[in-house]
Amino acid sequence: MTIHTKTLKQLSQDLQAGEYSSQELTQVYLTRIQQHSALNSFISVTETQAIASAKQADALLTAGNASLLTGIPMAHKDIFCTQGVKTSCGSKMLDNFIAPYNATVVDKFNAAGMISLGKLNMDEFAMGSSNETSFYGPAYNPWADNTVPGGSSGGSAAAVAARLIPAATGTDTGGSIRQPAAFCGITGLKPTYGRVSRYGMIAYASSLDQGGPMAQTAEDAALMLQTMAGFDAKDSTSSEQAVPDYSASLNDSLKGLKIGLPKEFFDEGLNNEMAAAIETAVNEYKKMGAEIIEVSMPNLKLATAAYYVIAPAECSANLQRMDGVRFGHRCDNPEDLNDLYIRSRGEGFGPEVKRRILVGTYALSAGYYDAYYIKAQKIRRLITEDFTKALETVDVIMGPVTPTPAFDIGEKTADPIEMYLADIYTIAVNLAGLPAMSVPAGFIDNKPVGLQIIGNYFAEAKLLNVAHQYQQVTNWHQQMPQGFE
Amino acid sequence: MSLTTDDVNKIAYLARLGINAQDTESYTANLSNMLNLVAEMSSVNTDNVAPMAHPFDTTQRLRPDQITEGNQRDNFQAIAPQVEEGLYLVPKVLD
Repeated sequence: MTIHTKTLKQLSQDLQAGEYSSQELTQVYLTRIQQHSALNSFISVTETQAIASAKQADALLTAGNASLLTGIPMAHKDIFCTQGVKTSCGSKMLDNFIAPYNATVVDKFNAAGMISLGKLNMDEFAMGSSNETSFYGPAYNPWADNTVPGGSSGGSAAAVAARLIPAATGTDTGGSIRQPAAFCGITGLKPTYGRVSRYGMIAYASSLDQGGPMAQTAEDAALMLQTMAGFDAKDSTSSEQAVPDYSASLNDSLKGLKIGLPKEFFDEGLNNEMAAAIETAVNEYKKMGAEIIEVSMPNLKLATAAYYVIAPAECSANLQRMDGVRFGHRCDNPEDLNDLYIRSRGEGFGPEVKRRILVGTYALSAGYYDAYYIKAQKIRRLITEDFTKALETVDVIMGPVTPTPAFDIGEKTADPIEMYLADIYTIAVNLAGLPAMSVPAGFIDNKPVGLQIIGNYFAEAKLLNVAHQYQQVTNWHQQMPQGFE
Repeated sequence: MSLTTDDVNKIAYLARLGINAQDTESYTANLSNMLNLVAEMSSVNTDNVAPMAHPFDTTQRLRPDQITEGNQRDNFQAIAPQVEEGLYLVPKVLD
């Protein structure tokens, strides 16, 4: 078995047993990143810092002071601030931004001794579902030529799928962990809102954004989440709820598990082969003793509409800080203060970010606020009530992550609306603030398919258990894209 | 819901967001399409529904009024486009 195909768990065992050093391991992955640079999954590779951190990790391992993840390489989505390292958020606006502090998530992985190899490509300011809005060009899906890896955490998904890193961080505002995980055949978890600190995670839509792990297996995702989760005084929306041991319940039996299938997830919008793949996955759960119950979520169809008011409204407020004064891009020779703002922002932001700032500004402007923003917030409540009602009768809700497998580069760029509508199964979860996972569940034309598992608030351990049990009886998550084995 | 190019120019100014003149038409079309998508919301009666601003109905957490952050002005200004003697420089606002 080659090193790069190993999971976090296996790498951890090998490092603790002294099979190889963290420095050797780090070199293996740095070499792979270089070999497969055509995937464009990284925006920055921090080789020097990585080698220095690996040296420190080796000292800890030798002294017997290492924790479970000490010495294992990983990388962060370029939305997480990393002190002294460019944090671009996929935008020209922050192409010159060297973060002056670490995100809490980054601090936590550093404290756990993981080795960051760099910063991963993403849609500009996390706005996009294909990684095509990145200022640095799209990342590519390792499973098929000229195919998107999904977005916005596209670089994270592509890099983990190609085993350029064993695991990565991502963020999810409307599906940005789950959809790229599904498109690239990896395991992604969007935690409950408030479970993972948002401090130092560049804000897109603050009432929806949530960081989470992207890994090869549910078992690895549990290790990652264990490190990421927890109360943070620096994030005013951080939850004080205690963090359970996510690995402890992975092997619990699923006998009697109640799985809800919302009939709205399986309507005419869903590709037939996708429907068949999800049905096959659900049948595996039946074999494990789960009970399948149809549930109804009548307001689900309004999720995209509500999201495209709430997210742009919040983004138009959050992105006001990019003004060319204190950090980031500044235009040449501004005539006056207004010209400085207008041109710096006009030059620094790409078209998708501009569209969302414009819609958000419009929705929040005088005379339209009630019709758009308040209306969307009311629909948000209806959608949330659909979920909470369903979750009173079932333990988890299952369905597809996406209506189709990964699409071609350029296929949906001409019509932004078409891109938005493809997020129909993921968006509602963010509006409700619930946790959800994407788990590899087969292939359509050699492109991976993701099964979505949605749970109740703070039920991440249950989701990981449900995903892990599926990965004990299937091997979709172990498949490797050709040319990256 | 259809917007005009004038509407878009006005919104862009409110957002202090420069848009190239040749792109205004396409932004106008994009925005009109987005508003049409969003218009689906009106298919549901929400008269007696309370707006939900946030996943959890919690209040802002309070903490003791103690200094927790040191002064990092030099650190933060090291990445600023233009500073002088600890001040951020912008074009003249008053004559």
